[in-house]
Amino acid sequence: MNPALSELGRIYPPERLLVQPGQLVPYESDALTAFRARPLAVVLPETTDEVVQTIGWCARHKVPYVARGSGTSLSGGSLPVEGGLVIGLNRMNKLLRLDPAERVAVVQPGFINLEVSNAAAPYGLYYAPDPSSQPVSTIGGNLAFNSGGAHCLKYGMTSNHVLGAKVVLPTGEIVELGSQSLEGVGPDWLGLFVGSEGLMGIAVEVTLRLLPKPEKYHTVLAAYDSLEKAGNAVAAVVASGLLPGAMEIMDHLAIEAAEAAVKAGYPMDARALLIVELEGEAPEVEAEARHLGDVIAASGAYEVRVARDADERAKIWKGRKAAFSAVGRLSPDYLVQDGVVPRSKLGQALLEIERLSQQYGLRVANVFHAGDGNLHPLILYDGKVKGQLEQAEALAGEILKLCVSLGGSITGEHGVGMEKKAYMPAMFSQADLALMRRIRRAVDPDELANRGKMFPHSEAPALTPHGPHPLEKAGVIWRE
Amino acid sequence: MNEGLLIRPSEVAEVQEAVRAHPKSLPRGGGTKAALSTPREGQAVLDMTGLSGVLEYDPAEYVLVALAGTPLAEVEALLARHGQYLPFDPPLAELGATLGGTVAAGLSGPMRQRYGGVRDFILGVRFVDGEGEVVRGGGKVVKNAAGFDLPKLMVGSLGRLGVLVELAFKVFPFPKATATLKVTFDRLEEALEAMYKLASSPLEFYALDLETNPATLTLRLGGQPEALPSRLERLRAFLGHPPDTHTLLLEGEKERDYWRFVGRLEWGHGYLVKVPIQPSRIAGLERELPAGMRRYISAGNLLYLNWPDSIEKLDNLLKSQGLRGLVLRGDAEPAVSETLKSPLIGVDWEHSFARRVTAALDPHNRFSPNP
Repeated sequence: MNPALSELGRIYPPERLLVQPGQLVPYESDALTAFRARPLAVVLPETTDEVVQTIGWCARHKVPYVARGSGTSLSGGSLPVEGGLVIGLNRMNKLLRLDPAERVAVVQPGFINLEVSNAAAPYGLYYAPDPSSQPVSTIGGNLAFNSGGAHCLKYGMTSNHVLGAKVVLPTGEIVELGSQSLEGVGPDWLGLFVGSEGLMGIAVEVTLRLLPKPEKYHTVLAAYDSLEKAGNAVAAVVASGLLPGAMEIMDHLAIEAAEAAVKAGYPMDARALLIVELEGEAPEVEAEARHLGDVIAASGAYEVRVARDADERAKIWKGRKAAFSAVGRLSPDYLVQDGVVPRSKLGQALLEIERLSQQYGLRVANVFHAGDGNLHPLILYDGKVKGQLEQAEALAGEILKLCVSLGGSITGEHGVGMEKKAYMPAMFSQADLALMRRIRRAVDPDELANRGKMFPHSEAPALTPHGPHPLEKAGVIWRE
Repeated sequence: MNEGLLIRPSEVAEVQEAVRAHPKSLPRGGGTKAALSTPREGQAVLDMTGLSGVLEYDPAEYVLVALAGTPLAEVEALLARHGQYLPFDPPLAELGATLGGTVAAGLSGPMRQRYGGVRDFILGVRFVDGEGEVVRGGGKVVKNAAGFDLPKLMVGSLGRLGVLVELAFKVFPFPKATATLKVTFDRLEEALEAMYKLASSPLEFYALDLETNPATLTLRLGGQPEALPSRLERLRAFLGHPPDTHTLLLEGEKERDYWRFVGRLEWGHGYLVKVPIQPSRIAGLERELPAGMRRYISAGNLLYLNWPDSIEKLDNLLKSQGLRGLVLRGDAEPAVSETLKSPLIGVDWEHSFARRVTAALDPHNRFSPNP
């Protein structure tokens, strides 16, 4: 063991300091399996003090590091820095405080997203952000990447639900950002920190806002003979002044795959399915449901189903949530993007994606958050066929540029990470990026924290096909 | 007032020029928050009202992009014509406040209760940094996770991190119908208890405000007109059917007028101060505050306070309560504002992260009021 590593050995007992190649393999990649890098070591801190000591060690030896939760990042955000340190935070997984009266929960970064809602459930409360990875992804990772989900249009992303964070900066200093109030004075430092992709430090305590659970849901599934009609239906819902909690569209390929995987009972001949969900106070939802019914009836849907109870609602969502891993069954490998376009450009974007799909000879399935224009094209490829991964990456890149040219964004919720950093200049000017880099260096002068992510022209490991993540094969996580 | 320089740029390039040409500058919008827009010795004032106008608005997108000097009133009127609104409900619109000033001060109003405050609705920002560079953060779509979240950072930044020139917001449809129920209580404790229960219930409010003298909850409902009567009935039942002498129902034009009046925050002499708070701290603070005008907004998360005495006394009081405040406007005479050391009072939460980020955005200290 080199002398620096033996110093780490004074902070961690051997079972929490992983250095053997066999121990490191599970940490070599995250849910973006096309990238892989071998870290120097993995440490598993259990206390804030251990995190501070570890950051101090990294600073002294100029060793870059990445903080990691469950490794479900779809943008390669938790990919190790080659030869750097992985700080695995899964053991800092305590619920420190739950205050139902004030409607807040304080958790450690390794606490699982869905567990927050489970802990709050007895009080009629829940934690709103619902990325599909929520059964396994951690609050620390959610915070770093400002995770989204199906309900962002109405309720916002992770950033809108984090009230405060205790943060270990890359200099080893500890700061408290935000508070327990929904409001603040002075610059919104916490707002800057959330979504900074691990480049500004490590949150060791996070204060989350809890919401009362909606009293009633109204979930509608509508089948269309064209994607365009489904898209127009979304526009009509918006024009009617309704604000549904979720509006999701799946195309034919995604429907077929989901049906084969979980038998949600979707109409198999549909070219597009639209899921619209209203939620809130019962009398209000009932009134809105009547208006929604009129809008959907006029939208050219050839079949409309309304969930009559919680089971039927769950079934509708099951197919949607399983669509991604299900599409994976149609193909040995796939990439998923999460670019955003203005809602009115959805139709144009989908046509263009179809054209690109034909041009590249790669199938693309589409499942997307239609309410906020957040696409999720799944690009199917076979990593064993020479050159296909590169082709898939190139197609993905064209889709990202398409999103920007239509006035949108390269990422709605997965973050830039490793995967999309080359496309940052499509969205931001040199001056924009230079300022972001200046902020980064002011906070982390040696650029140790998650080095190589988010900013273009920082070093990247080579692409290699590795197939789906083991957790994904097991059906535990989904890509969306 | 010092005899400082006043510059009124009408293009972004002129803002850049002005920032580079002056060692110290202070952007000003409508000037409705004098404590934030009154220059100190040596500060050039950048009057931003020349950079005004809505640049992009397609109601179907729920996105509005405008220059920072655009008056809130203009934006709200445009949105209202399409049945939409700014869900963070910025105050002081009728007095001439601008989008930029609202973001820089970080101000939201009663309707923030339903969907969130200004930080939750800002999507994109363009500003001139301390090097005189024009930079952009965020985007113009309702969902975006690319790059550092500079739009949120600028909320509450008080001109200290850059001069805002363009802003993008998420907007929402305004409810088809609204109604407001005012309920008075015999004691503050009872009102607080009811506030807690309402905030934890599945009942949804566009506003959930508490006033203290007398203890009153003001509850604004919004949604489909046909559902409002039954929702009001449920609300009364939830509150244990308070007697008619303790309730007042506002509807129609009268209701809208009431909320317009609230948004003016005009409470006569004294300082107007924003205090972020949480419900559990209200009772303790109330024991120390003198009688006077104030309003706790969004289920006890935000206090707008009229303070009749010296700011030093309020500073001490807030410190003793572990709270922080932002002085928005002084007494009738503008000179009073100038005597403030800083509009930020109460507990000092200055930290290394703040210092580092500020230095990156404003390396030459052009936006700091201090030498």
